[in-house]
Amino acid sequence: MSKQIVTMTINGKKVEKAVEPRTLLIHFLREEMVLTGAHIGCETSHCGACTVDVDGKSIKSCTHLAVQCDGSEVLTVEGLADKGVLHAVQEAFYQEHGLQCGFCTPGMLVRAYRFLQDTPDPTEEQIRMGMAGNLCRCTGYQNIVKAVQSAAKKLKAQTKESVAA
Amino acid sequence: MNAPLKDRQAALQGMGESRLRKEDARFIQGKGNYVDDIKMPGMLFMDIVRAPVAHARIKKINKEAALAIPGVHAVLTADDLKPLKLHWMPTLAGDVQAVLADEKVHFQMQEVAIVIADDRYIAADAVEAVVVEYDELPAVIDPFKALEQDAPILREDLAGKTEGAHGKRYHHNHIFTWDSGDKEKADAAFSAAQVTVEQKMFYQRVHPCPLETCGCVASFDPIRGELTTYITSQAPHVVRTVVSMLSGIPESKVRIISPDIGGGFGNKVGIYPGYVCAIVASIVLGRPVKWIEDRIENLSSTAFARDYHMTGELAATNEGKITGLRVNVIADHGAFDSCADPTKFPAGMFHIVSGSYDIPAAYCRVDGVYTNKAPGGVAYRCSFRVTEAVYLIERMVDVLAQKLNIDKAEIRRKNFIRKEQFPYTSAFGFEYDSGDYHTALDKVLNAVDYKGLRKEQAATRANPNSPTLMGIGLVSFTEVVGAGPSKICDILGVGMFDSCEIRVHPTGSAIARMGTITQGQGHQTTYAQIIATELGLPSEVIQVEEGDTSTAPYGLGTYGSRSTPVAGAAIALASRKIHAKAKKIAAHLLEVSENDLEWEIDRFKLKGDDSKFKTMKDIAWAAYHQPPAGMEPGLEAVHYYDPPNFTYPFGIYLCVVDIDKATGETKVRRFYALDDCGTRINPMIIDGQIHGGLTEGYAVAMGQQLTFDAQGNIQGNTLMDYFLPTAVETPKWETDFTVTPSPHHPLGAKGVAESPHVGSIPTFTSAVVDAFAHLGVTHMNMPHNAYRVWQQLQASGVTS
Repeated sequence: MSKQIVTMTINGKKVEKAVEPRTLLIHFLREEMVLTGAHIGCETSHCGACTVDVDGKSIKSCTHLAVQCDGSEVLTVEGLADKGVLHAVQEAFYQEHGLQCGFCTPGMLVRAYRFLQDTPDPTEEQIRMGMAGNLCRCTGYQNIVKAVQSAAKKLKAQTKESVAA
Repeated sequence: MNAPLKDRQAALQGMGESRLRKEDARFIQGKGNYVDDIKMPGMLFMDIVRAPVAHARIKKINKEAALAIPGVHAVLTADDLKPLKLHWMPTLAGDVQAVLADEKVHFQMQEVAIVIADDRYIAADAVEAVVVEYDELPAVIDPFKALEQDAPILREDLAGKTEGAHGKRYHHNHIFTWDSGDKEKADAAFSAAQVTVEQKMFYQRVHPCPLETCGCVASFDPIRGELTTYITSQAPHVVRTVVSMLSGIPESKVRIISPDIGGGFGNKVGIYPGYVCAIVASIVLGRPVKWIEDRIENLSSTAFARDYHMTGELAATNEGKITGLRVNVIADHGAFDSCADPTKFPAGMFHIVSGSYDIPAAYCRVDGVYTNKAPGGVAYRCSFRVTEAVYLIERMVDVLAQKLNIDKAEIRRKNFIRKEQFPYTSAFGFEYDSGDYHTALDKVLNAVDYKGLRKEQAATRANPNSPTLMGIGLVSFTEVVGAGPSKICDILGVGMFDSCEIRVHPTGSAIARMGTITQGQGHQTTYAQIIATELGLPSEVIQVEEGDTSTAPYGLGTYGSRSTPVAGAAIALASRKIHAKAKKIAAHLLEVSENDLEWEIDRFKLKGDDSKFKTMKDIAWAAYHQPPAGMEPGLEAVHYYDPPNFTYPFGIYLCVVDIDKATGETKVRRFYALDDCGTRINPMIIDGQIHGGLTEGYAVAMGQQLTFDAQGNIQGNTLMDYFLPTAVETPKWETDFTVTPSPHHPLGAKGVAESPHVGSIPTFTSAVVDAFAHLGVTHMNMPHNAYRVWQQLQASGVTS
C-alpha cells in the first residue's frame, strides 16, 4: 500500500513519517513512535484507554487515522511531566490511589488534563460526566474522582502563584 | 542515639500503613510494560479466522488467497497441527478442547485457522481472505434442551464415552454430576419442616472483561531449543508446566513471563487456543509471534463466567430457624469444559452455599452440560463459583423471610453461626476459621439507621403519589478463599501451595520473588510491607518481583483471593526463617545468648538495655562479612506454604435503591459495605479493591449479560452492548470494617479483593426485589436494567 507523509508535533517534538493511510493513530504512536503509554481496550471508541490530546481536544486514537493528524499538535501521557516533574494530574492519581492495574491510566490522565483545562473548577458531577468516556475496571472511579478534584485544587493554586509572580 | 519507637515504626511503612503504591510511578508516566508493548526483533503477528456459525461441519478451508497476500507467512489449520498432536489440548477441568476446530465447529467465534503476517494489518487482511465452507448443524443453546433425549450430539469426539473426568456421563451432552452434603438428612429435614420455600433463579452468563484483552508474544529459539513466552497470565508457572507437557520442551527451557497485566478478574487464568497457536507458529517459523485479542474476540471466546440455572429450597421452623437446604444446578459450560477450578472440584467451592448460617442438613448437586457456546466457567473475581453460591443462599434467606414475614436482618441474626461456634464445620464439611457476624450486622444497621430506612420505605409505599419504589437490600456473605490445602486442592496434579524467596542484601535492602502475579492488586507495595514488619527493613528498599518463571519460585498464581492467604503466609514464614538466622548473628555480634535478646521493630536488643542492639541492617552486613563460625554466610530464605485450611472472609452489605415507577430506572441511593478480611495490610489498597469489586458487582447485577439467539449467534460482544459502567452510573461507595483474624494464617489475614464482587451482587438483587416485596415478588433475575425492571413494574401493576 502506498504511503503518505505526515508531519505532526508529538509531545513538543516535530516528527515526519511515511505511513499507510489506513494506519490508526494509536498504532502510529505505539509502534512507529514507540510511545506505548496509550493502550487499546476496545477498538470502538468506548473505553478511552487510547485517549490522547490532539489540538486541544481529547481524541480516542483507536478510531482516528494518523493521516487525520497531519499538521496537528499531539500530547500523550509521556508528554505530561515537565522536565521530570510530574504534572498535577499524575501526582494526584498517585496520591489518591486513582489507579490499580494501570491500563486505563494513561488515557485517564490525558483526559483529566484536558478536562481540567476546560473545566478548572469542576463539581463532582461534572467530573463524573467529563471522565465518562474513559472506562476503568479496577477502581470503581471513586478515587479517580478524588484525584481529579485534588488535581483541580493544585492547578488552581499553581495558576494563582504564576499570576502573583 | 535512638530514634523514638514510633518514628522507627513509621520509617518501615509496614503492615497496617496506607503506603502509597510502588508500582504507580511507571503507570502514571506511560511506562508500564504490558504484553502488547513488547517488541522483539523479527516479530510477526498472528490473527485468528473464527467461525461465523455456532455448530457446523467444516467442508473445506481455502488458504490460497490469503497466502498470496504479500507479507503473509503462513496459514495454519487443525490439519497442520495434527502431526504435532496439538490440534486438541487438555483443559484444566479434565476435558479436551480443540485448539483449532477439527472438522467441526462447536461455538460461534471458535478458532478455525490462524494466519501469520508481517504486521497486524496484513494479518487482518489475510483473515478476511481465508475462505471456509461450512455445513451448518442445529445449534443447542439451552442446557435443558441439550439434555433432552433426542438432542443433537455436540461432542462427537466423546461419543460413547460414558465416563468423564468427574464420573459417569448419563447423556451425550452431559459433562459431570457433582454433589456434596447429606441427601438423606436434607430430605428428612424437608419432610419434617414446618415451612419450606423454593425459588428458581438464573445466574446469567457474564464475562470478566478486563480492560486489557488476552495476548502473548511467543519466541522460540531453534538454536538453543528455548521457548520464551510473554503472556497475560494470572498463573504463569502453571502455563509453563502445561506448555512443557504439550510441546515436549523440557520445563527448564520454557520461560513464561507475565509482564504488567491490565486486569484479570479470572479471564486470564485459563490457557487459550490463541496462546498454543502463537507458540506453535513461533516454533514452526523460528521467529517471535505476537497475538493480541481484540475486544470482540475477548468477549466471544475466552472465559465467560456463571451461566448457572439454580433451584434453591429451604426448610425452616415457623419462627424462621433454617433446618435444611437443598440446591440443584444445571451448569452450562459451553462447548468444552474449560472451567478453571481445582481439579477435584468441577463446581469449584459451590458447596459454600450454606453461607453464614448454621444449617444442620444440606445437600447440593450440580450437573455440567455442553452447549454450542464458548467454553469456560471461570471465577470472575471470586473463588471458584463462590459468587453463585453466595447469590443463591442470600436470595433464599430473603425468600424465606418474605414467606414468614420476618425482617431480613432479623432472620439472618437468628440463623448466623455464632461467634463461639468457630471453628465451625458446615454441613458440607468446610471448617470456617473465624467470624463474628452479629457484631458486623449490628454495626451496619446502626450506621445506616436501618429502622429509619424501613419507616421511610413504609411511608413511600403508603403514598400512591410517590414517583419511586424504595428497596432495601441486605446481604451477609461468607466466602471461602485462599485455595488451597494441597491434600484437596490441585491443578493438573500440582498442589495449590504458593511460594516466596527473600534475599537480604549486604547493605540491608532486599528482593522478594513470588509465585503469584499482580494484576492491579498492588503486590509490589503490600508484600514489601509484610516483609518490612517481619524483618524491620524499610519497605522502600524491598523489591518485589513476580511473573518470570525463570526467576520466581513455583507458585499457582493469583486468582480466588489466594495471594494474601497463601503467598502472604509464605512471605511471613520465609521472613521468619531469616529472622531466626538474624537472631543468631545478633547474639554473636553482641556476644550474648539468643535468650537474652528481644526483637523491637527493626533490631534485636539486649533485654532491658536500649543501648545494646543490632539493627537488621547491621545484621545483614555481618551475614556477609563476619557470620558466626560454622554458619553459612548470606541472609536468605525460601518458603513454600501449603495452607492448612481456606480462609473465610465475610461482610455485611446494605443497599438502598429508588426505582422510577415510570421508567424502571434504578438509582442506588446508598451502598454501605462492611468487610472483615482479618488482619489488614494496607487500608488504602483494601478500600480501592472494595470500590472496584463493588463496581464490578454493580455491573453484573444491573447490566451485564452475554446473550445468544436460537442459532447461537452471540449478541452484544462489543463494549457498545456489554455493560461496563462509567463514572456516571457508578454509585458512591461507603466502606467499613471489623477485624476478625484468621487463627491459622501466620498474619491473621484472609484476603479481600473478591468479597465486594461476591457480596454486592445479591445485595443489588435483594434491594431491587425488596422494592416489589409488598407486591408479592420474591425474586427477579439479573440483570436489573431499566427495561427488565419496567417489565416487572408492568407485571406488578405499578405502571400501565
